Amino acid sequence: MKLEDLRRIREKAEREMKLREGKARIKIIVGMGTSGIAAGAREVLKVFLEEVEKRNLKDVIVTQTGEKGLASHEPVVEIHEEDKPIIVYGNVTPELVRRIVAEHIVNSNPVSDYVIEVRE
Amino acid sequence: MMEELSLHILDLVQNSVSAGAKNIHIIIEEDSKKDVLSIEVIDDGKGMDKETLEKAQSPFFSSKLDRRVGLGIPLLKQSAIHCDGEFRMESVPGEGTRIKAIFRSSHIDLPPMGDLENTFFTIITTIPHVNFYIKYNKDGKIFEIDTLKIKELLGGVPLTHPEVLGFLKKYIHENLKKMMEVKHEA
Repeated sequence: MKLEDLRRIREKAEREMKLREGKARIKIIVGMGTSGIAAGAREVLKVFLEEVEKRNLKDVIVTQTGEKGLASHEPVVEIHEEDKPIIVYGNVTPELVRRIVAEHIVNSNPVSDYVIEVRE
Repeated sequence: MMEELSLHILDLVQNSVSAGAKNIHIIIEEDSKKDVLSIEVIDDGKGMDKETLEKAQSPFFSSKLDRRVGLGIPLLKQSAIHCDGEFRMESVPGEGTRIKAIFRSSHIDLPPMGDLENTFFTIITTIPHVNFYIKYNKDGKIFEIDTLKIKELLGGVPLTHPEVLGFLKKYIHENLKKMMEVKHEA
C-alpha cells in the first residue's frame, strides 16, 4: 500500500466535487478535552469516521475540539447543520454514534433522548 | 483515568492544538536493549512562560487556572516518574512547547500503549488545519507519517472524504502491523 495511491482517490473525488460544489452540509464536532478522552471520546470519534466512510457521506465533516463540554456528560458531540440550531449530545457511546448517523445525519431526525442542549 | 499511553498522546496533541500549533511532531521511541520507551510531542504553538509551565505540571493548578491544559500532563508526569523514567517539559513563549515522557519499558506499572492506530487515525483526519509528523521507532523499525505530504497528494480533497478515510485507516493499520511483526533479524 503506497501513499501515492491517494492521487487516484484525489482525481475521482475532484470530479465528483465539481458536480456538487464540494460544500459540507453537516459538521460533527467531538469534544476531546482530557475528560472527554478519559470518557471514551476517541472511540466515538473513530466510529463517526467509520460511519462516514461506510455510508459514503461526502458532505459531512468530522472534527474535534479541546474545549471542555459539560464534564458530567462526556463524551459530548455537537452537530452543526446549516440554518439549523446546534444539537448537543451527551454520554455518547459507539452505539449511539451509529444511531445519530442513521437517524439524525442521514434522516434529519435527532435522537432526542440523548440531546442535552439545543443552541440557536 | 487514562490507562493507555496512546490516550496520553491524544491529550498532549489536544493541548498543542489549543495552543494554536500549526505543526506538531510526535516521536515515539522504543529501545529494548536500553529498556527505554519515550514519547515526545513538539509543537509550534504559543508556548508558555515559566509560571504557566510549572502550573501545567501540577495537579493542583492546571485545570482551574489555565483552562486549556487539563489534568493529563500531571498524570503523565506522575506515571513516567513512577516507572523509573523522567518527564521534561520545555517551552518558549511565542515559539512552542516540547514535552518528553521517558519510561523504563520493563517496569511492571508501565501503562500499555493501547490503540495507537486509532490515536494516529483520529488525529490526522480530524484536525486538518494542523500538519502532523509522526514517527514511531521500535528497535530500529520505523513507522512514519507526514500529513503535509498527504495533503499535497490530495490537493483540495478533504482528509475526511470517505475514500480518503478508508485509505488512511488501512494504511496506518498495515504499516503499523508490518512494523510490529518483524521481531528479529538473522
